[in-house]
Amino acid sequence: MDTELKMNLDALPKGNSAVIDRIEYRAAIDPIAARLDELGFVPGEAVQIIAVGPMGGDPIAVRLGASRFALRRGEAARILLRSPI
Amino acid sequence: MSDAHLPQRSTLRAALVGNPNSGKTSLFNQLTGSHQKVANYAGVTVERKEGRFTTPQGREVRLLDLPGAYSLSSTSPDEDVTRDVCLGRHATEQRPELIICVVSASNLRLHLRFLLEIKQLGLPVIVALSMMDEAKKRGLQIDITGLQAELGMPVVPVISLRKDGVARLLQVLDMEVPTPPPPLEDGTDLHAKVRTLLKTYTNEETLGTDVLVDRLDRWLLHPVWGPAILLVVLFVMFQTVFAWAQPLMDGLDSGIGLLGQIILKPLPDGILRSLLADGVIAGAGTVVVFLPQILLLFLWILALEESGYLPRAAFLLDRVMATAGLSGRSFIPLLSSFACAIPGIMAARTIQNPRDRLVTILIAPLMTCSARLPVYTLLIAAFVPHRTVLGVLGLQGLVLFALYAVAIISGVAAARIMTRGVKSEEHPLLLELPPYRLPNPRSLALGLWQRATMFLSRVGTIIVTLNVLLWALSSFPLPPANATGAAIDYSLAGRIGHLMLPIFAPIGFNWQICVSLIPGLAAREVAVSALATVYALGASEDSAAEKLMPLLSAHWSMATAFSLLAWYVYAPQCISTLAVMRRETRSMKVVLGAAAYLFGLAYAASLLTYHITRAFTGG
Repeated sequence: MDTELKMNLDALPKGNSAVIDRIEYRAAIDPIAARLDELGFVPGEAVQIIAVGPMGGDPIAVRLGASRFALRRGEAARILLRSPI
Repeated sequence: MSDAHLPQRSTLRAALVGNPNSGKTSLFNQLTGSHQKVANYAGVTVERKEGRFTTPQGREVRLLDLPGAYSLSSTSPDEDVTRDVCLGRHATEQRPELIICVVSASNLRLHLRFLLEIKQLGLPVIVALSMMDEAKKRGLQIDITGLQAELGMPVVPVISLRKDGVARLLQVLDMEVPTPPPPLEDGTDLHAKVRTLLKTYTNEETLGTDVLVDRLDRWLLHPVWGPAILLVVLFVMFQTVFAWAQPLMDGLDSGIGLLGQIILKPLPDGILRSLLADGVIAGAGTVVVFLPQILLLFLWILALEESGYLPRAAFLLDRVMATAGLSGRSFIPLLSSFACAIPGIMAARTIQNPRDRLVTILIAPLMTCSARLPVYTLLIAAFVPHRTVLGVLGLQGLVLFALYAVAIISGVAAARIMTRGVKSEEHPLLLELPPYRLPNPRSLALGLWQRATMFLSRVGTIIVTLNVLLWALSSFPLPPANATGAAIDYSLAGRIGHLMLPIFAPIGFNWQICVSLIPGLAAREVAVSALATVYALGASEDSAAEKLMPLLSAHWSMATAFSLLAWYVYAPQCISTLAVMRRETRSMKVVLGAAAYLFGLAYAASLLTYHITRAFTGG
């Protein structure tokens, strides 16, 4: 089994890639987590940080397959990663 | 049984759905051309676009362009409309008989998932596969025959840049409406299904990312270069909006003047001539001259939007806007408001979050619009001494800068107060950064045409009506034959000015200022010529300003002048702004609320300014 440390997407440094482990729901009904899932942030997909915001590194820009998204760090923190590639 | 060879009599009700950035709007424009009707859905601020077209075989199609959506479990008022119409739950909209779902070949993973949701609806679906040409350049291959067999719905490639790009789609529309696709089993993992589809029918998995987008993003989203490039873009944008529009505006201005002369020449002096000259022509003229500026501004915004840069600007500025409790999406509307709050408020449509959109609309009038400049210039020249501070800075320029700065700070403060109560709710950005694309000239032209007609018809009629009303107020009753003062002194407007005095005396206004505030309602800069009329100068705006200056500095105290400046920073005295606000929000409550808070701010600021200046200048 994968023993590498797990981290949240907001902690991944710029330029790095990793594989999504799961989405963390902050509440029973978490529209942001649900939307992340619909946008394709699902277990097994690879994500890469392509840019960080100019002020305080927030928001971040993420590449997921052929799509790119801007996420605030609070949103990105819901995405748990496994083994950086 | 209908004969397939005969043109169908009844109109087919179809709806266009798709993800944002799927090329849905381009396809809609291409299918319906200029046969579009843009309105709002009842009760919400979502734009309703419907168009008509006829297929080669003569079938009439009524196509509803539903707002772009990522899924049918909605998170915004836009997506609510799409979900409700698709499910047949919408209050005023019939369920469509056919759905055309746009899927971009350049983002299959995301868009196919939404298509699978649409597949579950039990409605006939045609899949329009857009941006195939761009995807092919990346090396993408799709087994379309296999894909449509597996999906159970026709899949038709469309090319939005070519005239014949929709020919195949029209052919499919001419055939019998396809049977609804078989739904997937309940509980199917849509993501897994998409992955299987991609693996079986495309070579998507083997392709790398779009190198061009990666390369552009490296610069445009760079923490240092990104903001620098954005600043340059904004600078060029405003430069062109103000500089390039000027000759066009001057041309329009003299054109309107010429037209006025041609119309007015055969008319004798009298009421009719005065009504046409001062009421209709001058009234419509002062607003119509702003058309080139507004269209240029919209050309920029539409082009930036289509190119894919706008979401990137929002990304770069998200933090800055967060200090006002807003998100990066509010940036462009507020920026536009420095030219004129009307296009700014209209541009707020691009904000999906309803609360952010409302707050943006409410603070847009605080961004100093270009119509305030003539008033600022006149008062500063008359009352602020022409001297330098700290050796290099002109005092007059500093005051002008301060007026802009105070307005911006007030806007940020107002936004913070308005958004404070809702802080507990997390405020999402979650913005897609679409691939870069060259803006389609046809789409741009259509967008501009829609803005122009909207501006001229809706706002134009309101303005002309008001101007005629104000003209009547300031012309009747006519002065007696032996009148000594200005005609306006005897008119209703003059009397209203005297009636208003008790309210405005505490902030240092005299009755002449009160009178000039009335026509200033139609357009702020009219206040200058109105003051000239009140002081019986009766000259055109430019020379009036020159003659007014010494007169004002002799008649008014500095406290009165500064108080009027403060008033102009805040007062919502522009009826067309309020009218556009009403149209965009569909709520009289919002408009009255906005007017009340802006008037309150204006009165408080003027009161403070008046008394503080008096304390310093001794009277």
